[in-house]
Amino acid sequence: MISEFLRKKKKYVTINLNEKEDKKKTSMNIEFANRIVEKDIDEKIWIKCSNCSEILLSEDVEKNLYICNKCDYHFRMGARDRLSIVLDENSFKEYDKELKITNPLDFPGYSEKISKALEKSGEDEAVITGEGKINGIQAVVCAMEPKFMMGSMGCVVGEKISRAIERATRKRLPLIIFSASGGARMQEGILSLMQMAKTSAALSRFSEKRLPYVSVLTDPTTGGVTASFAMLGDIIISEPGALIGFAGPRVIEQTIRQRLPEGFQRAEFLKERGFVDKIVHRKNLREILFKILYIHTLEGEVNE
Amino acid sequence: MNNALEFERPIIELEDKIHELESFIRENEVDLSHEIDILKNKLDNIKKNIYNNLTPWQKVKIARLLDRPTTLEYIERIFTDFIELHGDRLYRDDYAIIGGIGLLDGIPVTVIGHQKGRDTKENIKRNFGMAHPEGYRKALRLMEQAEKFERPVIMFIDTPGAYCGIGAEERGQGEAIATNLLQMSKLKIPIIVVVIGEGGSGGALALGIGDRVCMLEHSVYSVISPEGLSSILWKDASLAEKAAEIMKLTAQDLLELNIIDKVIEEPLGGAHKDVDLVSSNIKNYIVKELTELLKLDSNTLLDMRYQRIRKIGV
Ligand SMILES: [Zn+2]
Repeated sequence: MISEFLRKKKKYVTINLNEKEDKKKTSMNIEFANRIVEKDIDEKIWIKCSNCSEILLSEDVEKNLYICNKCDYHFRMGARDRLSIVLDENSFKEYDKELKITNPLDFPGYSEKISKALEKSGEDEAVITGEGKINGIQAVVCAMEPKFMMGSMGCVVGEKISRAIERATRKRLPLIIFSASGGARMQEGILSLMQMAKTSAALSRFSEKRLPYVSVLTDPTTGGVTASFAMLGDIIISEPGALIGFAGPRVIEQTIRQRLPEGFQRAEFLKERGFVDKIVHRKNLREILFKILYIHTLEGEVNE
Repeated sequence: MNNALEFERPIIELEDKIHELESFIRENEVDLSHEIDILKNKLDNIKKNIYNNLTPWQKVKIARLLDRPTTLEYIERIFTDFIELHGDRLYRDDYAIIGGIGLLDGIPVTVIGHQKGRDTKENIKRNFGMAHPEGYRKALRLMEQAEKFERPVIMFIDTPGAYCGIGAEERGQGEAIATNLLQMSKLKIPIIVVVIGEGGSGGALALGIGDRVCMLEHSVYSVISPEGLSSILWKDASLAEKAAEIMKLTAQDLLELNIIDKVIEEPLGGAHKDVDLVSSNIKNYIVKELTELLKLDSNTLLDMRYQRIRKIGV
């Protein structure tokens, strides 16, 4: 109920793209911070581009698929918005909504952090899974929510993604995962780490059925998510400028004690190094995904 | 005893006292055997008291000891005719991970493990057991070779984590780890994983999927190092001890969380006090479990491996 309310409310409130608070608390490759948008302007109406510093009308940015109309910078976007720009209207059927986050290791302060994340994101966890259509082609789709604890992967995220993969396997549907994550969620400790194994193992079974998996990397995709399902796509697409890596830039700088070169770990860098198939502008994302699905046209859905 | 840990000081002090007294007896030809007995008894009790009640942080310290036996020490004692094989056939050989073929009680096996250095010089060569992508790719190459020749794989895990550096990122650290996770989940040969020291996050997991996973009594396994966690939570890496307390990273914790199948006993004070004993404990476990696993057809084996991973979490 609360999340419904927040979701509606968000339309008026604008996009809360960045979180200074979290910036203070997190670092390293587990959850590392956003670029800061200064909050001195009334951000209900205005938003400052993190790239060109232009002050933009929030409404315009939202209408423009959360892209800066001046410099093309791709702002981070929430999971629901992501699904809405990619899928046919009203085609999405959500899976496993009832799976609720817990504090499995009784980690101190985690429950409070969860409450804040619920409030801030309007979602129950850092991923939404389900099935929907792109120009009529059915697919299983997972979208990670960067506003929920930096899209970090704990047990529920791992479980929802694994179940979605298993459903896609059973129903013989293609799979699309939009990653946006700081990596494994440290508050769920070793259990989070094992979600990397779980999702990858599920993908292995999916792949053996010769079904296509398109992994879409968005800003940021790092840590345990990069080191599991995000890098296992048959086709790996990235949004322009997205930060993609295993270790976070700050951890690397601390380790090697030098500044990282410009553009290091950005989508373009990964493509050059051979780890990304294609960089796709958000305006073309739906079309490209459709084409990929179309080319992989399957014999059709098998009912469960 | 140069590498004694802070909490071992009472033991060292008492041991010194006993040595002193013994040499005093030798020099002065007096009979103080009763006193010696009392002290030795006391030493025994102190040892038991300390080593049986190690805190998570103390276990982290033991797991990271330079003296702690490494993969190579165990390989020497557990397998015969071991031949090390090198390189990923793509870029280079990564000394942070070793692998090869050998015999386990006459059964051909592939053995792979992280390899830390036994001194500073070797640690530099082996990058302190922190592998680059080519290390994980070498491991995968050897695992696939094992599958081809139907040899079981024995894995030894002992790493602070995957290396964080420019080259590692350029060559796809994330992709290398991810690929291992996917491939290990479907290799049609039994895999037994033994965590012998530090199980550091994704770098450990990249060799860590198997049909049986066991840990030595004082080894640890976690999603992040205690230092890393404390610098995230409290902006202070020196609070690592406090972080270790809440992380659930000991072998005993992982057994309780059903992530591992077995804790293998170490002698009082840790594996370095008696490498032969620990090797034989590991060997007994591997041989026993392998005997069972080799009876399974590959579909059953893979189904069980999948369920093992699948159940973790929710
Ligand atoms: Zn801009």
